[in-house]
Amino acid sequence: MSNNEFKKTTDNEQIKSFDDEQEKVLPASAVEPSTEAGDLFIANEAEDRVSVASNWTLVWWRFRKNKLAVVSVVILLFLAVVVLVPDFFATGDPEKTEAQLAFIPPQHIRFSFQQGRLRTWVPSVTGARDPVTLRMVWQIDETQPIYIDFFGRGRPYRILGLIETNIHLISTVNSEDLYKLHLLGTDRLGRDQWSRLVYATRVSMTIGMASVIISIILGLILGGISGYYGGLADNVIQRLIELLQSLPVIPIWLALTAALPRTWSPEQVFFAITIILALRGWTTLAREVRGRFLSLREEDFIMAAELIGCSRARTIFVHMIPTFTSHIIATSTLAIPIIIVTETSLSFLGLGLRPPAISWGVMLQEAQNIQALALAPWLLIPGVLVIISVMVFNLAGDGMRDAADPYGH
Amino acid sequence: MVGCAVFMQQTQERTAKMLRYILQRILIIPLLLVLFSIIVFALIQAPPGDFLTSYIATLAASGSSLDVTEIEMLERQFGLDQPVHIQYIRWMGNLLVGNLGLSLEFRRPNADLIMERLAPTLLLAFFAFVFTWIVAVPIGIYSALRRNSFLDYVFTVLNYSGVAIPNFMLALILMWLAFVYLGMGVTGLFSREFELAPWSIAKFIDMLGRIWLPMIILGVAGTARLTRILRSNLLDELNKPYMISGRARGLSEWQLVMKYPVRLAINPLVSTIGWYLPELFSGSLIVATVMNLQNIGPLLLRALINQDMYLSGAILMIYCLLAIIGTLISDLLLIWLDPRIRLEKSLT
Repeated sequence: MSNNEFKKTTDNEQIKSFDDEQEKVLPASAVEPSTEAGDLFIANEAEDRVSVASNWTLVWWRFRKNKLAVVSVVILLFLAVVVLVPDFFATGDPEKTEAQLAFIPPQHIRFSFQQGRLRTWVPSVTGARDPVTLRMVWQIDETQPIYIDFFGRGRPYRILGLIETNIHLISTVNSEDLYKLHLLGTDRLGRDQWSRLVYATRVSMTIGMASVIISIILGLILGGISGYYGGLADNVIQRLIELLQSLPVIPIWLALTAALPRTWSPEQVFFAITIILALRGWTTLAREVRGRFLSLREEDFIMAAELIGCSRARTIFVHMIPTFTSHIIATSTLAIPIIIVTETSLSFLGLGLRPPAISWGVMLQEAQNIQALALAPWLLIPGVLVIISVMVFNLAGDGMRDAADPYGH
Repeated sequence: MVGCAVFMQQTQERTAKMLRYILQRILIIPLLLVLFSIIVFALIQAPPGDFLTSYIATLAASGSSLDVTEIEMLERQFGLDQPVHIQYIRWMGNLLVGNLGLSLEFRRPNADLIMERLAPTLLLAFFAFVFTWIVAVPIGIYSALRRNSFLDYVFTVLNYSGVAIPNFMLALILMWLAFVYLGMGVTGLFSREFELAPWSIAKFIDMLGRIWLPMIILGVAGTARLTRILRSNLLDELNKPYMISGRARGLSEWQLVMKYPVRLAINPLVSTIGWYLPELFSGSLIVATVMNLQNIGPLLLRALINQDMYLSGAILMIYCLLAIIGTLISDLLLIWLDPRIRLEKSLT
């Protein structure tokens, strides 16, 4: 079979699959049942909408069909709000230690009708020391409810460092009760888990995203150079990528983080870890970008752009990169959970972020001791959040990848 | 006849080219190792101060101390008074003749410390690997053949959770459950009486009774990934025309599926062995630390924290070597398994 013939069949297949796609991506509103006379007209209208829709609109139509991915994105947006204004969600000071209040179990929120209105409250706890083990034993005391006030007043803070306010999502009606409110219990040092979790979410998510942004920048630049120019630069960059990819990741991460000076401030360690985690993340992206550049270089529209005198930069940024932006977004979304898990593991082992910094991994350090864990299982809650965030990032990323692929199923 | 001769010649040329490719891959290993050793040395050298200072600090904390001549002697013994590049060359030279140096913390040769723990490391990775394939392949095939069935959905949910749960979390959760509900500690690879005993059949059997839990924990993420890839690969193959022609010729469904699409769908998975094996070696590091398994992972962690630099250097080099070997094995497997790649590689 000649090469030409083969090419023709694949072309036909592509056309066919594109036709299928058009049928599939018809907006739901356009295929509503209707009278026979209007049928043809509506079908045409729907077809018109597809044929004039921009690439991004098509991607969006495909994406929103994947309900799981849409839900994931909504959860991600919520987490993003937590990252931006953690103080709004926190009920107390995440760093305040109170040895007297160690290992208070989570307080479940209850509802009851009192004087004709619905009230939300949590039972308070009273502690007594066990005379044998000298450990605090907490009893739930339902006779002393702590009434919860949504959007109530609490600690003053600034939204994004600008607007000063003291409104919190969850507060107590009686402001003196606020320090008794521990929605997710307390840890070994009596720190409020709920508030810590909120700040940990900010740190862990920020590391994940910042690191991926650095990866994207490095991957685009180096992958672009590699694919667009080829030759010696390509060779050097490809060998570098191979070298980095054949390094055993976790041991090297451990050694790198262990090499960070102990005297560094939490902020310095934070930045260092972000960069360390990005050091390998870019390689996958660079490979992908290179592949795209290599195939795009041969396309007619790129030659056309060059012939009408577009500058190199214009060819790259206006004509080439927009064709695979959606892929980059999908790949990066899928890269974030890997970084989050790595950071959590490193911090958990005591080599990543260190207290007083708060991240999911730092919080999980408290759960390292199996005896402590048996006593206070709620110490594992940060891990649940890790699992949820990794899952939603994966689901959203998978959805985006499928939506970005014009020939997908 | 002429055609046959040409074909023979082509085959010979191809074999020669393939041999050359394999030789190239093997010859590049020393170069990679040299590069890795530079990176590793830079890493173990990087922390401020060296292990002597931290050792002296530990001694001081416990009340005893070293006098100046002793410190100088130790410095000379470990070559710490030399400039960095001399230290590197000495270290490299020692590595080349198989001398991994002395651990300052344990006061024993590093080679002994590592050898004791290398077997459990390799065994654990091997078991996890076998577990992954034994579980993933049947599930992947089932999910693809019975697409959108109830069990397929169950497996899909399990897969997503398997990928999402970091393995140390899984270890923590299972250890906690075992502790609370079964009242037993599942940490460690050996029972107490075998912990320090030399290798014997009894010790091996004892280990088999305990290795299954870390094996599952370590293998879960890989199993989930493998199942997903196998399922989607197989789905692509199941619609190919050769399936219809196979059915038309009256092949039983089972024979047909196992003979062609499954083989085709598994091929790309073989290429993942290359990164999966090294990942198992280094992934076991965190699980081993959580579960207190006696493999080289916790040893590395301890060496890094205590700045026992030659011990951590030696372990890091072993991880690098394992990674290189893993990649090589998968490349060779792929060439051996897939004639299409064989052709492509030998033609370029």
